[in-house]
Amino acid sequence: MKKINWPLWLGFVLTIFAFLSYPFIFANWATTRDFPWVNIPLFILALVLLFFGVRRAFAPGRRLVSKIVAPIVATLSVLVIAMFILTAFVVSRWLPPSTNAPQVNQQAPEFTLKDTGNKPVSLTALLTEPINNKPPRGTLLIFYRGYW
Amino acid sequence: MRSIQKNLSGFNEAGIRPVAISVDSPEESRDLCQKAGYTFTFLSDPELDAIRRYDLVHAGQGIKGHDIARPAEFLIDSKGTVRWRMLTENYWVRARPEQILEAAKLLQ
Repeated sequence: MKKINWPLWLGFVLTIFAFLSYPFIFANWATTRDFPWVNIPLFILALVLLFFGVRRAFAPGRRLVSKIVAPIVATLSVLVIAMFILTAFVVSRWLPPSTNAPQVNQQAPEFTLKDTGNKPVSLTALLTEPINNKPPRGTLLIFYRGYW
Repeated sequence: MRSIQKNLSGFNEAGIRPVAISVDSPEESRDLCQKAGYTFTFLSDPELDAIRRYDLVHAGQGIKGHDIARPAEFLIDSKGTVRWRMLTENYWVRARPEQILEAAKLLQ
């Protein structure tokens, strides 16, 4: 009897998928990014499969190698899940307090930075250059982490 | 960024110019825009000049241990006054275009 322990391996593959699909797939939509609504159920399903996989590995008639591999695969999966919880809920909140960031009704600090064509652009220019031949009503500054 | 690009016509109609700012070089930003199809303005702040003035420095968080900007959005009216802002507490959570367009209604 050399039947593959499919719940175990499916659980493992699902764990990896649930982990990677957050940054690469589900972070693309606001709803599934702001809270991992898809990834959490995937992890739960993976845990159920892993549980049955480990149980199956220790069922009578399974080979010794199966009893060794199953706990290793299950432990790895649990580590991946722990890593996910850490990156999605803990590390992501380690942000500076930015107490001196400009407040609502305050003047936005002026700056001049280069655009993708290496041309210097000032905040004043952003606030005055027409959009569709009409004076702009405002500018939305989006600060982001960049390639990190 | 993707959601901003998708709603770019909505921002244009509202007279709002979206501008993305990071420590990436103009070349890196150009690559990103080409790959992702972003057509709005991307500015490069490798010296953290503006990022420091807006108090958004996130020290040592870059891939090479360099300083970067924490995510933040500011809506500024034509007089240069901040009219709305979002300083997220979790970098997976960002301002949504509909939120920003709602806030843009406050502007003259």
